[in-house]
Amino acid sequence: MEFQFQFDWQAAINSIPYLLKGIPYTLLISFGGLAIGFVLGIIFGLLSINKKWFFRWPATAYIEIFRGTPILVQVLFIFYGLPDLVGGPIDPLTAGIAAIALNSGAYISEVVRGGVQSIDKGQTEAGLSLGLSRSQTFWSIIWPQAFRRMIPPLGNQAIVSIKDTSLFSVIGVGELVRQGQVYIANTFTAFEVYFVVALMYLAITLSLSLVLRFIERRGLASV
Amino acid sequence: MTQIVQMRGMNKYFGTLHVLKEIDLTVEAGEVVVIIGASGSGKSTLIRCVNGLEEFESGKLVVDGNELAPKGGNQKALAEIRKEVGMVFQQFNLFPHLTVKKNIMLAPRKVKEAPEPIASATADRLLSRVGIASQADKYPSHLSGGQQQRVAIARALAMEPRLMLFDEPTSALDPEMIGEVLDVMRELAKEGMTMMVVTHEMGFAREVADRVIYIHEGQIVEEGKPADVFDNPQNERTQSFLSRVLSH
Repeated sequence: MEFQFQFDWQAAINSIPYLLKGIPYTLLISFGGLAIGFVLGIIFGLLSINKKWFFRWPATAYIEIFRGTPILVQVLFIFYGLPDLVGGPIDPLTAGIAAIALNSGAYISEVVRGGVQSIDKGQTEAGLSLGLSRSQTFWSIIWPQAFRRMIPPLGNQAIVSIKDTSLFSVIGVGELVRQGQVYIANTFTAFEVYFVVALMYLAITLSLSLVLRFIERRGLASV
Repeated sequence: MTQIVQMRGMNKYFGTLHVLKEIDLTVEAGEVVVIIGASGSGKSTLIRCVNGLEEFESGKLVVDGNELAPKGGNQKALAEIRKEVGMVFQQFNLFPHLTVKKNIMLAPRKVKEAPEPIASATADRLLSRVGIASQADKYPSHLSGGQQQRVAIARALAMEPRLMLFDEPTSALDPEMIGEVLDVMRELAKEGMTMMVVTHEMGFAREVADRVIYIHEGQIVEEGKPADVFDNPQNERTQSFLSRVLSH
């Protein structure tokens, strides 16, 4: 039996308009989730380095739980498990955004912690010795320096989270992979369609990398 | 005379290590007190207690009428003290994300809520005073060590302190830059600033200090006019320390 495979360019091109419909969902879940995750990351990252154990302990628990369990399990839990608790269904889009937010928030907490702890203790001492309060010292001296150092790992997390949204096809949210699966079910062109899907992820992540590199260069130039 | 700093029976521990032992020390307004001693003797810790960067375990510490409580108590007094006491660090500790001028303006703007034009004029005046007016808009990393330390002095002066603490201000500098920093400090002393200086610059101590204090293993073992301490030390530990640092 002779087996020959031919890449069907026409099939690939034909799939594009249908796949593009998934991109707004992919971007909405990624960036919506990351925006909330950033806020969670600042809150829990700072709590995790607080001197008082009753702030530190819950923050550390949150970070460990969401870093230590798979995001797929997290989203399944939110979508299928949580409705039992809240007494009503959760729509897939909300579940997806919540999963990215909680998951990236845990990683971003660690980025925030590392960034803040990397700033020399002398900076805090200089601020305090000038009469600034602890919070003035933090927000006008430590945070701006720490944030600059956080940009590369934050970019990294954004790319990871964008790719993580591909898992949410399992809860039926119409993002990129889900669109691909539906399309393939009707056309049986898995190779071509997944190839295009992969290219679309690559286009998103590469654009983000370029933007980040630009920001990094501008941010570091002044120091 | 007004007492700016008063320490009575002050003790400080790092864990089980007793780093300051029953310190009694008074600094009068306008006085320049230079603290000398081997590394690890507790001299830096002593001046870091004055503005609360280090807590002490027992004893009494009053700075310009504000009494600090042991173990970091009395935060209100501490806040007052930090507004009135400037500090210059060995490693400069300038803020690398701010220009030289913004470094100097930060505390007046945030703490005293000085209006922008006034804070800016003060910064310009202080930069001229320490001889680096032309560097105002540069970032600290573009300055030499000596220039950075002069900016740090100007930054502390911007709060119009009643007392200046210097924690080994020239120890991180290349030899050729030590002079320019000591010159600024000498000027400051001449203008009547109250100063507590931890240093290894014995020439500066002899010339500028009103009083020299020698600390050994957390205790003040000798105290007096520079001429007396340097030329006629009474304690044998002071004698041996001075013979080691002055012999070369």
